[in-house]
Amino acid sequence: MAFTVLWLQSGGCGGCSMSLLCAETPDLLAQLRGAGVEFLWHPSLSEQSGAEVQTLLTDILAGHVRLDALCLEGAVLRGPEGTGRYHVMGGTDVPMMAWVHRLAAVARYVVAVGSCSAYGGMAAASPNILDACGLQYEGVHPGGALGADFRSRSGLPVVNIAGCPTHPGWVIETLALLAQGSMAAEDMDAVGRPRLYADQLVHQGCTRNEYYEYKASARQPAQLGCMMEYMGCVGTQAHADCNNRLWNGEGSCTRGGYACINCTAPEFEEPGHPFAQTPRIAGIPVGLPTDMPKAWFVALSTLARAATPDRVARNAVSDHLIVPPTCPGQDV
Amino acid sequence: MTEQTKTRLVAGPFNRVEGDLEVRLEVVDHQVERAWVNAPLFRGIERVLEGRTPMDALVIAPRICGICSVSQSHAAALALGGVMGMVPAHNGQLPTNLIVATENLADHLTHFHLFFMPDFARPDYEGRRWYARAHDRFAALRGSAVRNILQTRALVLHVMGILAGHWPHTLAIQPGGLSRGVEKQDCMRLLGILGGVRAALEETLFDARLEEVAELSDAQDLQRWADKKNGSDFGLFLQIAQDLSLQHSGRSYDRFLSFGAYPGFESDPAQRHWRSGVFESGTAQPLNICDVAEDHAFSHMVDTAQPLPPFEGATEPQLREDTAYTWCKAPRMAGYPCETGALARQLMAGQPLARDLVARNGGNILSRVVARLVEVARLVPLMEQWVRALRPGEAWCHAQPNTVPDGRAIGMTEAARGALGHWLRVENGLISRYQIIAPTTWNFSPRDAAGVEGPLEYALRGAPVRAGEQTPLSVQHIVRSFDPCMACTVH
Repeated sequence: MAFTVLWLQSGGCGGCSMSLLCAETPDLLAQLRGAGVEFLWHPSLSEQSGAEVQTLLTDILAGHVRLDALCLEGAVLRGPEGTGRYHVMGGTDVPMMAWVHRLAAVARYVVAVGSCSAYGGMAAASPNILDACGLQYEGVHPGGALGADFRSRSGLPVVNIAGCPTHPGWVIETLALLAQGSMAAEDMDAVGRPRLYADQLVHQGCTRNEYYEYKASARQPAQLGCMMEYMGCVGTQAHADCNNRLWNGEGSCTRGGYACINCTAPEFEEPGHPFAQTPRIAGIPVGLPTDMPKAWFVALSTLARAATPDRVARNAVSDHLIVPPTCPGQDV
Repeated sequence: MTEQTKTRLVAGPFNRVEGDLEVRLEVVDHQVERAWVNAPLFRGIERVLEGRTPMDALVIAPRICGICSVSQSHAAALALGGVMGMVPAHNGQLPTNLIVATENLADHLTHFHLFFMPDFARPDYEGRRWYARAHDRFAALRGSAVRNILQTRALVLHVMGILAGHWPHTLAIQPGGLSRGVEKQDCMRLLGILGGVRAALEETLFDARLEEVAELSDAQDLQRWADKKNGSDFGLFLQIAQDLSLQHSGRSYDRFLSFGAYPGFESDPAQRHWRSGVFESGTAQPLNICDVAEDHAFSHMVDTAQPLPPFEGATEPQLREDTAYTWCKAPRMAGYPCETGALARQLMAGQPLARDLVARNGGNILSRVVARLVEVARLVPLMEQWVRALRPGEAWCHAQPNTVPDGRAIGMTEAARGALGHWLRVENGLISRYQIIAPTTWNFSPRDAAGVEGPLEYALRGAPVRAGEQTPLSVQHIVRSFDPCMACTVH
């Protein structure tokens, strides 16, 4: 029996769905088939529209159609003044917030796809006139639309596939694990993210690691150096496997030449400084690797900086490789 | 016409439109007499942008939309560049154009195969001579074309993996150029990807060389081509269009707006590869951006005494019990509603088939879809040309200051679904005003103070409604022919 998924969208951009469609190899439909996952309805893919969708929702609530996973993409909009009317599901005159409450109560699993539905995300960025929040979090605080104590019928809290956007692999693998009953509470991290991708750091596999080692830093877009010191990159703290899994074939934020902004974390949308500038206190970047004593970091980077090979120092501030590594015995 | 025959329908939730949509219909004698288009979700990203460091717009603006993400990013970079007095490095403009074109191309393929065509595979059409093939190819989630296009689309977006880090939501497009230098070997991989895309499209979508499709010159030429190539997916659509007379369905005001696509180089940044302007009554008029104003008479926004140009406009949502019925504002060009999209772009670009189809029957389901597919056929060769023009070793991005000076500027670009503008004002080093008009804000606009309907509302008049239909199929075809993006609409 297929694992049934109902996918709804609310206060968000739809980008996690668009990203999901990038799944390869094989394509999304083949992978879902392999995992035994079936969409009851998806906004980008399904035939049913309008009245047909309303009938499906009624059937789910009445228990005529089994709902294994309710996936929500986009934040829950509670405004204005708690009415939820910033998003009324088309054709129903019922706020999406109310649909989410009703459907979450009957779903075996509730899955937040993307940082908006997990924690509020960009939808909840200040001034948050929408009163947007995540399904079970409001930023870093447990709570949100369903409340901290919510457990779906399976007993699990909301599974937070955070990311802005989410990698198709994160979503498919999570659904596949849920479908075969292989995701338990210990497979989720402290903020509800599947550990299958959240136990890694973006820093791991970053192609700029040699520059990082020597603190040979980029100061302008397109330069090859490490982006942590000046360009706002927080890949050393960001939980995701972006630089190992890679996106759209061979990409990642850092490989695209721009900072990791920690989009899988609650409240990434409010870094407290310009996204692409590293805040510094007394010349030292704020926000060093979380599990390294600051004094050690400063000592090591001072040493490393002093030992920086000319090759690394010059390439770091160039937009293409100007000094290749030397071949032993072939010094020019 | 008696009161007894007048019925009201509420169609929603509409899917395959990117975001949420509701259409209210007044039906008289099995035809839509009047329509009200409602964007039932409000996003408010403009308000998030205000008060922030200007360069943060590069992070926030793409997140307005998951399908027009790069276009939003491009508009933001152009607006910032305008305030900073900066245009991209020559070598940064080319890959920026490539990135925008890649999104455009991917979106057109998504629209045709996943959003638009599945409606012809519905059982309602059983018995039509083309039905079996339409069902085999395009049935939602099952048709063979669905998997084909997911694979081709994923391949198209490998261009993003190289040039933009990922899609959606890249930060690669900067006011000074691109954040990612491109090496010779990257260029070769890009050509390889485009070769794969070309092969896939020439095999199944067109069964012909892209250049052959790009050069179609008029309706008769299209007809001859359709008769010859009826085994292709495009040929199938043309066969369906003829059988269902789609050229007579969904006509709107025939006033087409394009902001022009693909900026030229530093030497002439105002130039666009495909020109900007308003196309009406067979002639192309230059764009006068100062004529744009937004009307709130029927929007859940604090109303204004008169329509305001975006630099003076604001986004203050207010759930109104009066005339308001949507979160979408009503943009007008010199007081008139405009249709925007691939058809408008190709009309402004002078593509002869687009011009001939519009001369015959205006903007309609057929001409909108044909324009999109002709644009697909034009884009890939253009992209191949741009890749060959990249100059590895030269600068990709100008040095950018850490602060943005005070000032105001408009960033104008084209998303797949039409004209996109960002009106940015910077004061005291922060964004003081950010107003966005997205393509579907134009197309799915509500009525204005004068009671003039938005383009879709007008296009729906006369759409046939069969007995018992709750979400009329004719309405669905017309709605989707615009390739709407509701997420952008209510930014």
